[in-house]
Amino acid sequence: MNPLLLSGAHLVARPSGALFWPEVGLLCVSDLHLGKSERTARRGGGLLPPYDTRDTLARLEREINALAPRTVVCLGDSFDDLAAGLSLPEDERLWLIRLMAGRDWVWIEGNHDPGPLNLGGRHLAALRLGPLVFRHIATAERGEVSGHYHPKFSISLGGRQVTRPCFLADDARVILPAFGSYTGGLRASDPVLQALMGPGAMAILTGPQTHPLPMRARARAR
Amino acid sequence: MANLPPTFHDWFARRGWSIHPHQQAMLDRADAPALLLIAPTGGGKTLAGFLPSLAELAGGTHQGLHTLYISPLKALAADIKRNLGTPIDEMRLPIRVEDRTGDTTQTQKKRQRADPPHILLTTPESLALLLSYPDAPRMFAGLQRVVVDEIHALAESKRGDQLMLALSRLQALVPGLRRVGLSATVEDPQAIARFLARHPDPCEVLFADPGPDPDITMLQIDEPPPWSGGGAAYAIPAVLEQVRRHKTTLIFHNTRAQAEIFFHNLWLANDDALPIGIHHGSLDKQQRARVEAAMVNGDLRAIVCTGSLDLGIDWGDVDLVIQIGAPKNVKRLVQRIGRANHRYNAPSKALLVPANRFEVVECLAALEAVKARDLDGDPRGPGPRDVLCQHILIAACAAPFTADALFAEVTTAGAYAGLSRADFDACLDFVATGGYALRAYDRWQRLKLIDGAWHLRDPRATQRIRMNIGTIQDTETLKVRLKNRFGGQPLGEVEEGFAATLTPGDTFLIGGEIVRYENLREMTVEVTRRADKPPKIATFMGTKFATSTQLSHRILRMFAQDDWPELPEATRAWLHLQRERSRLPEPDRLLIESFPWKGREHAVIYGFAGRNAMQTLGLLVTQRMEDLGLNPLGFLATDYATMVWGLDPLTDPAPLFAAENLREGFETWLAGNAVMKRTFKASAVISGLIERTYQGQRKSGRQATFSSDILYDTLLKYDPDHVLMQITREEALKGLVDFGRIEEMLARTAGRIDLLRLPTLSPLSAPLMLEMGRVPIKGAATERLLAEAAAGMMEDSGLAAVEPVPGWRVGF
Repeated sequence: MNPLLLSGAHLVARPSGALFWPEVGLLCVSDLHLGKSERTARRGGGLLPPYDTRDTLARLEREINALAPRTVVCLGDSFDDLAAGLSLPEDERLWLIRLMAGRDWVWIEGNHDPGPLNLGGRHLAALRLGPLVFRHIATAERGEVSGHYHPKFSISLGGRQVTRPCFLADDARVILPAFGSYTGGLRASDPVLQALMGPGAMAILTGPQTHPLPMRARARAR
Repeated sequence: MANLPPTFHDWFARRGWSIHPHQQAMLDRADAPALLLIAPTGGGKTLAGFLPSLAELAGGTHQGLHTLYISPLKALAADIKRNLGTPIDEMRLPIRVEDRTGDTTQTQKKRQRADPPHILLTTPESLALLLSYPDAPRMFAGLQRVVVDEIHALAESKRGDQLMLALSRLQALVPGLRRVGLSATVEDPQAIARFLARHPDPCEVLFADPGPDPDITMLQIDEPPPWSGGGAAYAIPAVLEQVRRHKTTLIFHNTRAQAEIFFHNLWLANDDALPIGIHHGSLDKQQRARVEAAMVNGDLRAIVCTGSLDLGIDWGDVDLVIQIGAPKNVKRLVQRIGRANHRYNAPSKALLVPANRFEVVECLAALEAVKARDLDGDPRGPGPRDVLCQHILIAACAAPFTADALFAEVTTAGAYAGLSRADFDACLDFVATGGYALRAYDRWQRLKLIDGAWHLRDPRATQRIRMNIGTIQDTETLKVRLKNRFGGQPLGEVEEGFAATLTPGDTFLIGGEIVRYENLREMTVEVTRRADKPPKIATFMGTKFATSTQLSHRILRMFAQDDWPELPEATRAWLHLQRERSRLPEPDRLLIESFPWKGREHAVIYGFAGRNAMQTLGLLVTQRMEDLGLNPLGFLATDYATMVWGLDPLTDPAPLFAAENLREGFETWLAGNAVMKRTFKASAVISGLIERTYQGQRKSGRQATFSSDILYDTLLKYDPDHVLMQITREEALKGLVDFGRIEEMLARTAGRIDLLRLPTLSPLSAPLMLEMGRVPIKGAATERLLAEAAAGMMEDSGLAAVEPVPGWRVGF
């Protein structure tokens, strides 16, 4: 768990890749990509194990149970595409509805899933709350929480390379790692991410626990 | 001479040749449904394979394809085309010969399908691709013979299984097809024969005269070899002297990295500037072609090489083979020695150069095995089912099929003869629907059953399936190029993981040059020749070979001798000292030394089960020690020993090595193991679950693709009995995990464990302290290391100072 301060808001980067804002009881997850294996199969790719949606939901449920958020913000690309959202199997759809029950649930629109779904909750292009703005793809605005890029970070540990999804954070923004089970990542060293993040930016590695480190440093020789 | 038209007799006579007895035998048995010829290199093996085809085609009446020649190497196909040209031109035979590989142009390929040559030279992958087209029955209609060259090499990999499945398909198209296999010397010819023949057809094995015994010795060097390592730098002057004394020398290495280092050192000492080249599989194609051409022209005095020169192409005037490092496997050594002196009935000359002191013993054991013609090898397991899955997809590309017919067909391949219908159906179900326990969606269908026949659901899928044909695993590599304005000269490739560890200014060896890493551009490593630092060594893919069971046993038997007059003095004294201070390992006992060293407790287990099994043993034993509270910190495995270090001494080994305990630990350990994930990835690609990633697709943005480890973890959690998990297990057990050899060790020693408590390290264990490749115990340790590294980086960057504990604060 790693505390962050963004535009005066005290946030917590969770080992799961979710972001929590205790003050307002807000849980934020990005890029769930629910229905990914269904979409791949539909489009003639490989027949991937159809367990990704339940795995993602199970991890989301654990975070919800642990934190009891009043608000849940899904930062876009919640569904791998619109059809994947519409054709969730009944048990998974009911599971999602159960998680949503009694909370303010916000679907931010992403590039994979623009437009509303038949699932309830609020559908927004962006959510403004206090000093923060939640949207899918980062802009130049300060105090912004976004997703989209699936940042990851590789570090060499005595000859062995460890790669983890990570948060990227500087004084203007936080970019969340993808929460969905079947998601890859973009290296934090990628020029796109380098251009987005300020000079003092941090990468907060996720996994069994969080590890904050400077986004642009290299492991020292050991 | 039977079966041979007079033109051929005249041609042989004009050249002053007489037909070899095995060539005649091949002609005599030309009608056999399957024939295997075992012949040493230089024995006119290829001509023996082709003579019956040339004779049958000489009349000029055959229409279309007559003979299909398959070799594991593209280069070999091109070479054979050249070699066949001579008799065909000189005898003016009306025979058209063409090759077809990944390098053949699209127009040429198209034309070949419409109008095939009489003799088509190709590779297993290209054949599988041809069979995926609906017009395959027409193309192969007249086919009479298939000649599989270097079948011993193909039989060692999944490429061979794919080829045999392809032949089962071909045989169904042309039932009269005759099969011929050409093989180097192998330990079990009957096994290769069963692999080749249509099951249950018989397959006669013909043996060519193996020729005289090779002239093979250990290179005499005054300086004793070092205690550890694989570089053999101490041998450079002696090797150069041998190169000077011979016309052309091949210098074989076990790994590409070792070849690079040796080549570099060789040039530093090459005062006479003898022309010496380097050849290995990670070098750029053009670079390799240049070296090969120079070799054929006789322009090179030596080539430093790896397994990339194990096969095929006739190098002409090689008169010496030098093997650097212990050969690990007698069969491969014999085949390498055969690369020298391609004249029939002349002894090949070879020298062994041990890279360290233990390898002296290993080299001597190998020499004795070569003299005794005692070859080694592991029995071939049943055909891998991931390859079967791909075969089913290929079949579906060509035409709808019924399960009964395809099952009957694939079980005619020797390796799949024992395949049960249930196992086949599981593969078919996997290909058709994914085969998951959860059946939720109709869309999970690649194949559809219509009127009893399986059809591709979406015919457009053929293109993707064809793109994925093949079983060769490509590790993710990046091309290396010289940096200049015009996109410089390609040098070769390095593993992506290695590239990720490079900082601009770092140097590494490739193709014998030290190059300086400049930057990464569009997934290409750009380098310059400004070398101003000692090189890091590029890590190349390719697993390290484990010392064979048979060779390990020989070494143990040697240890039982009272003295070793045949060993160099330094090594001999070392073994005597070990006997004095501790004990030498014995074949039917398990020796464990336990001693403190530099503040840590060490235990060395002399299991002699080969590198992979000793590695597995290390993982199992440390897990067990963890359970027993012995606080192991890490371990290291070599071909003969596993060394574990930790906080507490090992006093009672019995519970560690109880077979039930090891097996039980193995079951749970296996599931979460990195080896399983690597094996899963390979099988997932081969079976068509995930697609190969090509360099182009890997350009910068990789969000779209995700690691196959995720799929493995998901299946382990939700569907652990899924067919692909079963396949992964089957494959891992055969390969890197090598649990079979742990079982062999347990059976051999049957609980007879000698634990010796020593005051300090022993002579035999001392070299282990210098070995590379230490494995830290994972789990909690990884998080701790990560935390340490992260903290260190924070401090170095100065960010730690601005970070209030426990969070961090920035001004806004």
